[in-house]
Amino acid sequence: MRQRDVPQDEGFNQGMREITYAVDDSGRYAGVPSVGWEPKTIANAQAWEVISENIRAQARLVREGRRSPLAYHMARHMMTIGLAADYVGLARWRVKRHLKPEVFAKLKPEILQRYADLFGLGIAALRQVPDPDADGQIR
Amino acid sequence: MNAPDVAIPFSHRQSAHCETGVLSNLLRHHGLEVSEPMVFGIGAGLFFGYFPFIRLNRLPLTAFRARTGAIMKRAVKRLGVALTWEKFRDPGKGMAVLDRKLLESVPVGCRTGAYWLSYFPERYRFHFNMHNLVVFGRRDGAYLVSDPVFPEPVLCPEEDLKKARFARGIMAPRGRMYYVTGMPSQPDLRGAVRRGITDVCRTMLKAPGPFLGVKGIRYLATSVERWAVRLEPRQAALRLGQVIRMQEEIGTGGGGFRFIYAAFLQEAAGLLQDDRLLTLSERMTAVGDRWREFALVGSRICKQRAGAAETYAGLADILRRCADAETGLYRDLAARMEATR
Repeated sequence: MRQRDVPQDEGFNQGMREITYAVDDSGRYAGVPSVGWEPKTIANAQAWEVISENIRAQARLVREGRRSPLAYHMARHMMTIGLAADYVGLARWRVKRHLKPEVFAKLKPEILQRYADLFGLGIAALRQVPDPDADGQIR
Repeated sequence: MNAPDVAIPFSHRQSAHCETGVLSNLLRHHGLEVSEPMVFGIGAGLFFGYFPFIRLNRLPLTAFRARTGAIMKRAVKRLGVALTWEKFRDPGKGMAVLDRKLLESVPVGCRTGAYWLSYFPERYRFHFNMHNLVVFGRRDGAYLVSDPVFPEPVLCPEEDLKKARFARGIMAPRGRMYYVTGMPSQPDLRGAVRRGITDVCRTMLKAPGPFLGVKGIRYLATSVERWAVRLEPRQAALRLGQVIRMQEEIGTGGGGFRFIYAAFLQEAAGLLQDDRLLTLSERMTAVGDRWREFALVGSRICKQRAGAAETYAGLADILRRCADAETGLYRDLAARMEATR
């Protein structure tokens, strides 16, 4: 790639420049800052679409009373049951059970606190599910 | 805990990839001028692997560089640098030991989970536990961080760094940190470069099984053709998008690390005083350009903006041409190393 061909497509980087290696007119290599490249933005946007869809789907399930708010917070933080279990120090089957609204509603404060700490929320906020399309819940 | 403020004079240089950038910056701090491409080449960073049985976000894993940590380990060994690694069970202790090293004026490399680093653009914050950075001081309860993929040093709040160093999940860093404890008096750069090149040629041409090296590129080509037939269009597009992300997202220097490697070969030509390596560097650039074409056409297919000639079969064709070009390139490179031994 030649330095003048280094793409400068504004996109996901929010203005952050990253280094791409390219040759100058005499063929010498150097690191050149680039603000982004459209194919990359497309691929990244596609990955985020999947994440966003999941966040919306979980929010809907919580509203319908089929999942506990935990499912929403996990989706928002892109966490699988395995990862969340690892973070809060519980067995996977327990985290899976906590996705049931009736089980979640009866959780001890000590367990709720672990989830709250993980997501950087207070316990009250942990019980809430905001509208995923409001207040920047989806990035 | 209130550790005192400290700022080690550390010259931050932005790089394409975190692991090679961190090591290049650390070595320079300790008086050895080694560029990022040199670290990448000596550490035999160039790689290809397609692992349909390993899933990342439920999609097959494609790798364009050696596994995390391997580049650094090989590079320090070949350069004769002593790098001390530590890991911790207790986060409090891990942070205290970091503070102590900073007070001794030792810049410290850390492996972190990028998800918790708040200075990252939101959309790059994934649960990715293999991000390297250098901590070189602290100020007002935050750490001075030289994150090599950022243009300038950044401030990282203590809580964030702690969470990032002790992130959980796959490849959990467990507070891993490293620092230079010994520099070679007479580093054998030429020998290190030659060993690095030979290593890459061997892996790319001779690694066993169908998933690694140039055989892996051909395997991916066949898989790409199958996706078009066997999968729903959306699922096929997701798989394709994942390959493009692995190839081009932050840290590859473009073209799935092929351009960094071409830069390395150019530098190696000067060091080994061998102009043939310049030609090989140009060929590697051409390979990188071909990979970029794959990403460009692939992204149009993902976005359903592809022209009639732009199909999964066409993509497979580009991949096979990459594999052909790379095969010839590594053979000639290996032969050149053999001939000039």
